[in-house]
Amino acid sequence: MLELRNISFHVGDKALLDQVSLEVHPGEVLAIVGANGAGKTTLTNILSGKKRPQTGDVLLDGTSMYTHTPNTLARRRAVLPQFSNLSFAFTVFEVVLLGRTPHQTSASNDAEICLDAMRVTGVEHLASREYPTLSGGEQQRVHLARALAQIWHPNGDGDRYIFLDEPTASLDLAHQHHVLQIARDCAKLGLGVLAVLHDLNLAAEHADRIAIMRQGTIAAVGSPDDVLTSDNIEAAFDISVMVTQHPHAACPLVVAVPEEDIDLRLAREEQALNETIQQLLNE
Amino acid sequence: MNGSPSSLSALRLGRSQPAATTQETSAERRYPLGLNAPGILVALGLLLLIVSVLASGAGALAIPPGDVLAILANNIGLGVGPSPDSRALQYEMVLTGIRLPRVVLGIIAGAGLSVAGALMQGLFRNPLADPALIGVSSGASFGASLMIVLGSLLPGFLASAFGSFSIAIAAFVAGLIVTWIVYRIATHGAQTSVTTMLLAGIALNALCGAGTGTLILFSNDNQLRDLTFWSLGSLGAATWTTVLVVAPLTILAIALTPRMARALNAMLLGESEAQALGIHTERLKKSVIVLSALAVGATTAVTGLIGFVGLVVPHLIRLSFGPDHRLLLPASALLGATLLVAADVLSRTLIAPSEIPIGILTALAGAPFFLWLLLRSQGGAWGGARGAGGAGGAGGARSAGGVRAARAGSLGTTNDPMGVKEA
Repeated sequence: MLELRNISFHVGDKALLDQVSLEVHPGEVLAIVGANGAGKTTLTNILSGKKRPQTGDVLLDGTSMYTHTPNTLARRRAVLPQFSNLSFAFTVFEVVLLGRTPHQTSASNDAEICLDAMRVTGVEHLASREYPTLSGGEQQRVHLARALAQIWHPNGDGDRYIFLDEPTASLDLAHQHHVLQIARDCAKLGLGVLAVLHDLNLAAEHADRIAIMRQGTIAAVGSPDDVLTSDNIEAAFDISVMVTQHPHAACPLVVAVPEEDIDLRLAREEQALNETIQQLLNE
Repeated sequence: MNGSPSSLSALRLGRSQPAATTQETSAERRYPLGLNAPGILVALGLLLLIVSVLASGAGALAIPPGDVLAILANNIGLGVGPSPDSRALQYEMVLTGIRLPRVVLGIIAGAGLSVAGALMQGLFRNPLADPALIGVSSGASFGASLMIVLGSLLPGFLASAFGSFSIAIAAFVAGLIVTWIVYRIATHGAQTSVTTMLLAGIALNALCGAGTGTLILFSNDNQLRDLTFWSLGSLGAATWTTVLVVAPLTILAIALTPRMARALNAMLLGESEAQALGIHTERLKKSVIVLSALAVGATTAVTGLIGFVGLVVPHLIRLSFGPDHRLLLPASALLGATLLVAADVLSRTLIAPSEIPIGILTALAGAPFFLWLLLRSQGGAWGGARGAGGAGGAGGARSAGGVRAARAGSLGTTNDPMGVKEA
């Protein structure tokens, strides 16, 4: 289990994270949602080891994450960055192969794993293309294949984790669902998946648990049904929403309702009510 | 292979577009001429050998390649028996006394400068970086000027202790000191910021330039001439002694780089991505800086400034064989050695018995080539042989503009001049 315990992270006087505690369990998809600047990226940076918190502990299986060497950590935990500006003309296959950097496996074994990973994310037909010539969405899927190749097989070190920082940002609708389906399947195979998402409905549909962040704290954490209430969302995102049932899946569906619409609707409802009363009075 | 129940092989396959009619048999990169990576290195090695033998034979006294090989074989104990006529003796004296040390110094200098260039470009994640960015060249230049102009003020015992090496020693030491200052400025706690290092390097380059300029102001005509020739570079100082001094440092640097190749590949993705892949990025940065500074410092100390080799050679390799450092580093060493040995032949034969400073030749050949690369890269990805548009092109053009602006000293508007901002 990966655990954040009372993490605080300050830049100057500003607390980007304030006493945050969170657990990522093997076998679950945990989605982090929140408004811009709520601390999502800082949180993933701390989980991935890029930043160190000023106070608090990051524990992996009960011991501090910082006692693990970068290499052993890399064999258990892959990170899909939000974007990566790689301008050197690696082929797609070579980029995915970089995911095998922490492993000492044979070249043919690595190649086989990478081709499998590329098949999973649907980029194997791009294998010999030069990475910089791809579209943003294709590049994103190449990096996902790289991250999967990094933790493809279980090894003796312990449970594996994958952190996805806005994995759907540059993807079309079909690929958004495909990527989160991959995340689901990873969890089913025993990995701990942490995904920063902006789309609440994607989170509701694919996550086991959702953590809502607000101003550097975890405002709510739990199952989508428990957490995605209109009160929680309105507090975190400062926008009015209606939460209904997803017509197809067993999860909540969040629809944003901007203020002016509410006024309009209330006015209309009032008008309709008035008309009804008028009718009743007339009768 | 996929024996374990929790291997990700169990993941569902994505819907990928059907591959075009050209079905790839293998995903491995295809190299020109059907070579594989070791084949390329062997070919480049043979090219270096051929050029070196020809270069050893070229000069006022032309020695046929056959005789060059025979003398070499003889010297390492593979001789077919002595045939000491007077011409052969003359050949041997010219070859082992004059030509060979010069060719060997050319090989070491070319390899060292090119590998340092490849390392820098990997570290800065920018194909326009070169070793001068960390201040080692301008520092060496300042040190050499200091010794040329003010060397006569040295206490006698120091001057006699260093003898003819005083300029080289001053250049080497000053180059390392300036690099160390650049590194210290860019390092806070345990972390080195590559962007700060770039900017600090530019500032210290300017400062060293000012120092060198001030010394020029106080130099007499002879010193000015020495200074000018030093800054244009030459392998003319080559003796077996200089080779023995430079070789260990440079060969050490080159020999250690293959261990960093995979880490440098990961580094091209970005520093935090490299960290996530298990790379000790701080350790890597330190090694790259130390090894480049040693190789470039030692070389520059005895040859003076030789520009463009470190910039252009890795570029050429990348264009032909891709950016993988496992091939890029050794291939750059071999090609850089070949090109510098060839350039040196031109430098000492074109207007014999005078010499053209080798820095003039490398710049004459390197600068137009580099401009061609710049024009070409505006339409495509860096280091990509095939035309490429879109995101890669935009990124490449942006970083190129950043470095040019930075080199021109305008640090003003952009706070991410190399495009290295960590996301």
